[in-house]
This record gives sequence, C-alpha cells and structure tokens, in this order.
Amino acid sequence: MERAKCIEMIYPELEDKLVVTIMGACAQELYDLGHRDNFFYLQHAMGLASSIGLGLARHLPDERVIVLDGDGSVLMNLGTFTTLARYRPANMIHVIFDNGSLLSTGGFDSQTTSGITDLAAIARGAGIEHVASADNELQFGEAFLEALELDDLSVIVAKVKAVGPDHYGMDLELPENAFRFRRFIREKKQAAAP
Amino acid sequence: MPVSYENSKVIFEGIKAAGIKSVSALPETWLGLLLQRAEDDPDIDLIQVAKEEEAIGIAAGAYFAGEPHVLLMQNHGFLAAINGVVSLAQLYGIPLCMLIAFRGHWGEPYPWHTRGGIVTEEVLRALSIPFELARDPDKVAQQISEAYTFSQSSLSPVALLLTRDLMED
Repeated sequence: MERAKCIEMIYPELEDKLVVTIMGACAQELYDLGHRDNFFYLQHAMGLASSIGLGLARHLPDERVIVLDGDGSVLMNLGTFTTLARYRPANMIHVIFDNGSLLSTGGFDSQTTSGITDLAAIARGAGIEHVASADNELQFGEAFLEALELDDLSVIVAKVKAVGPDHYGMDLELPENAFRFRRFIREKKQAAAP
Repeated sequence: MPVSYENSKVIFEGIKAAGIKSVSALPETWLGLLLQRAEDDPDIDLIQVAKEEEAIGIAAGAYFAGEPHVLLMQNHGFLAAINGVVSLAQLYGIPLCMLIAFRGHWGEPYPWHTRGGIVTEEVLRALSIPFELARDPDKVAQQISEAYTFSQSSLSPVALLLTRDLMED
C-alpha cells in the first residue's frame, strides 16, 4: 500500500477537519492534492505533530483533528502515546504511516523495519483503547471511517511502502502556513459564534 | 529549603490575572505547589506531559486554537525541548510563554542541577530568546503578564526564570 493512495482516499474527508502532517513526503503528498488553509505541515521538529494535534483537539472540542504522522517521527516522541492516552482527546485521529524507513532523510531503516517494533502494540500498551492496524487500502479505509464514527481517540497504524513523491516544494512559506492555519481557525470560530 | 507556599500562590494568581486558562507542565519540586493549585482550579486546564518537548507542540496547538497558554518546566526540561523551540516555535513564528524553574544557580546545594543551571542563560541568549529573572513576589505577576504580552507581539518564545529567591522560603 502506498501512503499517497491512502491520503488521496481520505482527502475528501479532510475538507472540514484540522489536519497536521509531518515533514517531507507526507506533507508533499497532501499538498499536491490541493492545499487548504486547514492543513498545517510540520516540516521539522520531528515527533511533535501529535502534540500539536493534542493542543488543537483539547482546546477546540467542536473540531475534528487529524494527525498524519510517520514511524520515524513517532519514534522520536514515543511519550506522546502516554500523554494522548491520559488526556484522550475524543476528537482526534492519529494516523501513523509506517514505512519502516527514514525515507525523507535518505531511506535508512527505522526500528519498525521488518516488524521489529510494533507501533500499534506500543500505542495499546500506552493505554490507547482504539488502535487499528492496516496492511491494505481496504483495511485503511475501513479503519479511518470507523475512527470518524467513533467519539473517541483513535490511532491507525498503516503499513505503507517506503516510496515518496519525485519532487518537493510548496508555494507556501512556513510562517505563512502557520498564520493562515491560525486565521482559518479564528474565522471558523467567529462564524460559529452566536 | 521548603518551596514557598505564598509565592507559589502569587505566581499562580499572576498566571490567572494574565488571562491564562491553559497550562502545560512537567512537574518538578519548585513547581509542585503551583501545579497543585492548577490541578484544583476548575478554570485552569492543566496538561501534564511526559517530556517537555511535547509541551512545545501542545502550546503551538493552543496558540492555533486561540487559547492563552503558558508552559511550566524546569531549566533542564527546557534544554530537552530545544529542537521543538527552534524548529517549531521559532521556525513558524509561534509564541511561547515559558515559566522556567531556574535550578542549579546561586545557592544550589545539589550537584546534579549545577551544569544545567550554569548554561541556562547562555543557551537562552544563543537562541535569541528574551528572558528575565523573577526574584520579587511583588513584581512576578507583572512579569508574567509582560512575558505573555511580549511573546504574542513578537511571535517568539519568551522565558521568565523563576529563581531560588522567589521559589524557596
């Protein structure tokens, strides 16, 4: 299964959600489908995408937050599972694309290569109740739809191939992304206010 | 020396007076009484992290959400969070108002705190993070409010170092 296909599959669902992605291939593949101001691409600070997601979900209970994470990034912040389990943001879905590789930094094997480390088991062990693993697109699509229907924190670990886009680049400066993302949220809150 | 009950209260009231309703923290001795108050106060949303760098992400999420937020941590926790400070907050122009327990400085009896204490101010300077020392309970509330205001206007991390004079009786 390819990450780009998974992102394409859920892209229509992301229209009204707050989306935080990790750096590199994942960010580029979402951007290439069409940027929206409700997408925030964390192009560095590996590991913190899910922490940003928690900060958003915790303070915006009426929004749905989708984090598109990766094995290399999650491995840099495994403690995030314990904090997510403790505060259990009901409005957050944490998708982890596990390609067993540090793809965007040269394709080195990660600790999840060949199933050595099982991120879904770590998430469960941290105390997250709803954890799904997906090995193919059908499983991924079903897991994502189930997570959307659930009023609870979900983690989906999707095993994907270690392939990425053949190009990188966005017509979007990093602070510009942050400013527009924040403005999107503010305007949505203002529009919803009585 | 025991942690100051009165000054912990003054700092907590200062956080509330600055309009803060959301606090992320990793517990440490000097912050203990402060965090107990935060835990017990229904108007404060306290998020305890497993490692301080997580709090940088949470603070960014709170900022995007429009929720006034402060981070409470020890200086060693700040040292552990630097990549997040640099490559999330500074890179994207996201404000952070950090209240940092300044361990390992004048009067420090514990050897394990000393190296972190000795380098803290120089690391803050190297990162161009504006900081002030909080020593006086009569001024700390104003310092918190000003630190928060400056973080928001400069879109930058700002640090208030909570010193031994303030935190211990």
